Amino acid sequence: MRNPLADKVVEIKPSGIRKFFDIVSEMKDAISLGVGEPDFDTPWHIRDEGIYSLERGRTFYTSNAGLKELRQEICAYMKRKNHIEYDWAKEVLITVGGSEAIDMGLRAMINPGEEVLIPQPSYVSYEPCAILAGAKPVIIDLKAENEFRLTAQELEDAITDKTKVLILPFPNNPTGAIMEREDLEAIAEVILKHDIFVMSDEIYAELSYKEKHVSIASLPGMQERTVLINGFSKAYAMTGWRLGYACGPADIIGQMTKIHQFAIMCAPTTSQYAAVEALKNGDPDIEEMRVAYNQRRRYLMNAFREMGLECFEPYGAFYVFPYIGEFGMTSEEFAQRFLEEERVAVVPGTAFGNSGEGFVRISYAYSLENLKVAIGRLERFVNKLRAQKG
Amino acid sequence: MREELLAVIEKNSRIDLKELAVILGVQEIDVVNELQALEDEGVICGYHTLVNWEKTSLDKVTALIEVRVTPQRGQGFDNVAERIYRYPEVRSVYLISGGFDLMVILEGKTLREVSSFVSDKLAPLEQVLSTATHFILKKYKDHGTIFLQKPEDEREMITP
Repeated sequence: MRNPLADKVVEIKPSGIRKFFDIVSEMKDAISLGVGEPDFDTPWHIRDEGIYSLERGRTFYTSNAGLKELRQEICAYMKRKNHIEYDWAKEVLITVGGSEAIDMGLRAMINPGEEVLIPQPSYVSYEPCAILAGAKPVIIDLKAENEFRLTAQELEDAITDKTKVLILPFPNNPTGAIMEREDLEAIAEVILKHDIFVMSDEIYAELSYKEKHVSIASLPGMQERTVLINGFSKAYAMTGWRLGYACGPADIIGQMTKIHQFAIMCAPTTSQYAAVEALKNGDPDIEEMRVAYNQRRRYLMNAFREMGLECFEPYGAFYVFPYIGEFGMTSEEFAQRFLEEERVAVVPGTAFGNSGEGFVRISYAYSLENLKVAIGRLERFVNKLRAQKG
Repeated sequence: MREELLAVIEKNSRIDLKELAVILGVQEIDVVNELQALEDEGVICGYHTLVNWEKTSLDKVTALIEVRVTPQRGQGFDNVAERIYRYPEVRSVYLISGGFDLMVILEGKTLREVSSFVSDKLAPLEQVLSTATHFILKKYKDHGTIFLQKPEDEREMITP
């Protein structure tokens, strides 16, 4: 029999988090700090609207690009939060999670062999999606000394005449790094100079703990070359509803919509009705969750300081990314031993790219009570390792 | 920090000062001073424990009593409210808009005890026109807290 599989697919490495989680799920008494989704339930008024839409029998497809009302609410949201104006009819596409938007966006923009710049450590989907779209992924290794921000110089150094798209993943999973206005202005200059495009993954935009999040699309000259991706999973604790969206120039969104219509048809209708309610009345929920995350973030940073664990202060998402290089182990060894000896799961930084070596990702999408138990175990583990080293 | 501090201790008044300072991102001394100020200003009126008495061996009956009263000249409802809230078995008294005037929440050991309070003490008050007593059969949620076993973390392992 002939090989039924496509080489391009087989050659893609499976996600590094996977094999780790398989072990964790076998351990009944393990505490996980590995999960990348909010611990909150979707606010009740949003769930209620989803239920109501089912009661009303709204069980049909929506238009391919998504409910008109939802697209209009997204435009209102973009104006309110980012001061960007989009045309709801031509510049917005509702997708099955932000992750579909990443896939569709790259497929719509890439010709074979064109280069996609992917700063790492970052979300694990960019590279496989770029490869599947026929691109050559080019990794930019972000540095702890820059607080894992992307600098203009790093960007400049990575650009060739084949570069087409820069993926800009901030606030960042797994580092928690953010890009502030000055950082964005510096890289926008390089982007304009080289006439490349940006896919800005702002799924964690609402979880910013310093100034309000700034979108690169709001900078002069950037809206027409940026596909802005966002969604409901993180801001409204709606991961299971699978709903995201892309906003961008009409020609790109139009082609994305074409692929989406053939591959997906439309995003789930119930989720879209619930999302309308989220955008209309959900701002206080976002704020309440943001405050709770921020308290946990401060708690963890303080705990690291007290146990002398090096960690730059992250101002976004719900992750901290402490440095564990002092123990003379790889990230994977550290995570493995921490799990075996203390029954706490963290994710090795290398799951998010080679530049994550020496770090582990700790999620604080857990209650303070859970975090306290886990931190107690981390402290014991760290002290043991230090004693062993002598 | 004031509102955030209040929001945290309203949910957990036993949190220690050091931890409170850490999660609010301020100094411990500032937390101490702010708490003192809040108590002095009467913003913080007490530190209570939310008890689900149904799970104890102690019997308790709670009743909500709607009371219609005649307001008094110059005093409004304050006088009659005071007559009622002075009774220690009265947990809460609220002035209410709508079909009646005062909402009285009463706690007693037995149905008989509560009904005798209503018939012997509350109803005979000169200004009280009528009462309607509702007994609480089950508390599902109190002070924002749901009285149910917390479900396990149901999030499944997923990558990425």
